Amino acid sequence: MGDLAGIYARLIGARVRSQLEYRASLALQFVGMAVLTGIDFVAILVLFENVDALDGWRLEEIALLYGIATISFALSDLAVGHLDLFPQMIRDGTFDQILVRPLPSLLQVVASDFSLRRLGKALQGLAVLVFALTQLELDWTAGKVFVLVAAVIAGTVIYAAVWVALATVAFWIVDAIEFVNAFTYGGSYLSQYPITIFGRWLRGLVLFVLPLAFVAYFPALVILDRESGLALPAELGYLTSLVAAGTALVAVSAWNGAVRHYRSAGG
Amino acid sequence: MPLDRHRPPVRLHWELARRGFRRYAAYPGATIAGLFTNTFFGLLIAYVLLAVYETRVEVGGYDVVEAVTYVWLGQGLLSVVASFGPTWSELALRIRSGDIATDLQRPLDLQAAGLAQDAGRAFYQLLFRALPPFVVGGLVFEITLPDDPMRWLAFALSVVLAVAVSFAIRFLVNLWAFWLLDYRGSLALAMATTSLLSGMVVPLVYFPGGLADVVRALPFASMLQAPIDVFLGEELGGSTLVVLALQLLWAVLLLGLGRALLAAGTRKLVVQGG
Repeated sequence: MGDLAGIYARLIGARVRSQLEYRASLALQFVGMAVLTGIDFVAILVLFENVDALDGWRLEEIALLYGIATISFALSDLAVGHLDLFPQMIRDGTFDQILVRPLPSLLQVVASDFSLRRLGKALQGLAVLVFALTQLELDWTAGKVFVLVAAVIAGTVIYAAVWVALATVAFWIVDAIEFVNAFTYGGSYLSQYPITIFGRWLRGLVLFVLPLAFVAYFPALVILDRESGLALPAELGYLTSLVAAGTALVAVSAWNGAVRHYRSAGG
Repeated sequence: MPLDRHRPPVRLHWELARRGFRRYAAYPGATIAGLFTNTFFGLLIAYVLLAVYETRVEVGGYDVVEAVTYVWLGQGLLSVVASFGPTWSELALRIRSGDIATDLQRPLDLQAAGLAQDAGRAFYQLLFRALPPFVVGGLVFEITLPDDPMRWLAFALSVVLAVAVSFAIRFLVNLWAFWLLDYRGSLALAMATTSLLSGMVVPLVYFPGGLADVVRALPFASMLQAPIDVFLGEELGGSTLVVLALQLLWAVLLLGLGRALLAAGTRKLVVQGG
């Protein structure tokens, strides 16, 4: 396990160094990414030109959700976002080359890219989070600080696990695999808002199937001392790390199971 | 190289449009996946706007039914006006690789040929990407449809103009590659501007006061907000003709600007190896 982490760090280190060779280009893409993804928050600001609260959540409270969700998503995008290109590896047979190397296939696929420009989105999310924390007059406790920090880490793991689990579908369907975007990018959008505004089946989906409600909603309930408004208690916000660990376990098992059933197109 | 040396017959553009259509028809899997994503996002945005209308009866001139109609029409039209996708950088990639030199040697007008292919693409997307999410939205939520056949006609015309303006904007963004070595940063900025100012993420009528009227008059609004306003009968200035005229104006101006830029870029072009 420690060996694998070392190998991953070396592979990623090489990718980072090669991107740092083109600093001006990287800086432009970084800024472009921050602005492009910042549009989502501008949209929220426009909505709040017309209302004081969304389902009882004020702007700075929504900004807290948005900050946690956006940073987590950006970090998971950095780590595994290139899984969007994984179906192409199945289609053109490059995944077969991965299988003959003496390293776990998921590690190799995940280490195949590390686009630093994706951090532009994290920076933008961090700016909104800082705005939220300065506007909200919070009674900070050690528990709340823990929940906030754990939320960003657990959120990153949950998004990444959802991405991996859904990418395994590409072992069976290569053609329509872009449907995964609905849940990854859609999941990022959804977590920016209180879960309670969405319809019943959508709430069920993000509570029990793809546990996206644990990325930002439950942690924010704890930090803001709010009632959950759902069948589950707000205190679950303390347990996001457990949910993340469970989700990651399911995702890795799904991947390994799928690889065992994989039959190359090349026979 | 003079662009208008050859005047190709209408037949050529018809064939180009058909190929634009068939190119997208060749990937039904991508269409199904895109439909699913559009519908899912439509649901999410519709629920967000429903939350807005919990405390308001009317926002920016839209009641709740009009707002929900906006969402589903918008999700449907997204792919028709190509808010995302490869057409934002296809030509730019050919400029960067130098393949553009081959394109310029062909006896056809690069911009007219591109527009014809894009029309074929847009027609495919209209049939297979725009209609289904709108029908799903109409089944799940209450939406409104125009009763006046003239309004349907005006809407159809507005969509055609929206595709023309959208093509003109994408053509301009692609041509930046003549001057910028790395155009990806500016491409991201252009797409961000378009997605906010076309009304894709939030209806432009929700913008505060005078700002709403300003952004509704910009060319980006011609891509999405304008046809939806014609559909809903909530046009800028209260007149369908004003909106259609504005769209036509932007289409002509931006296509003209694209021609000028292409000519300037072609003069500048130096291809490795002579």
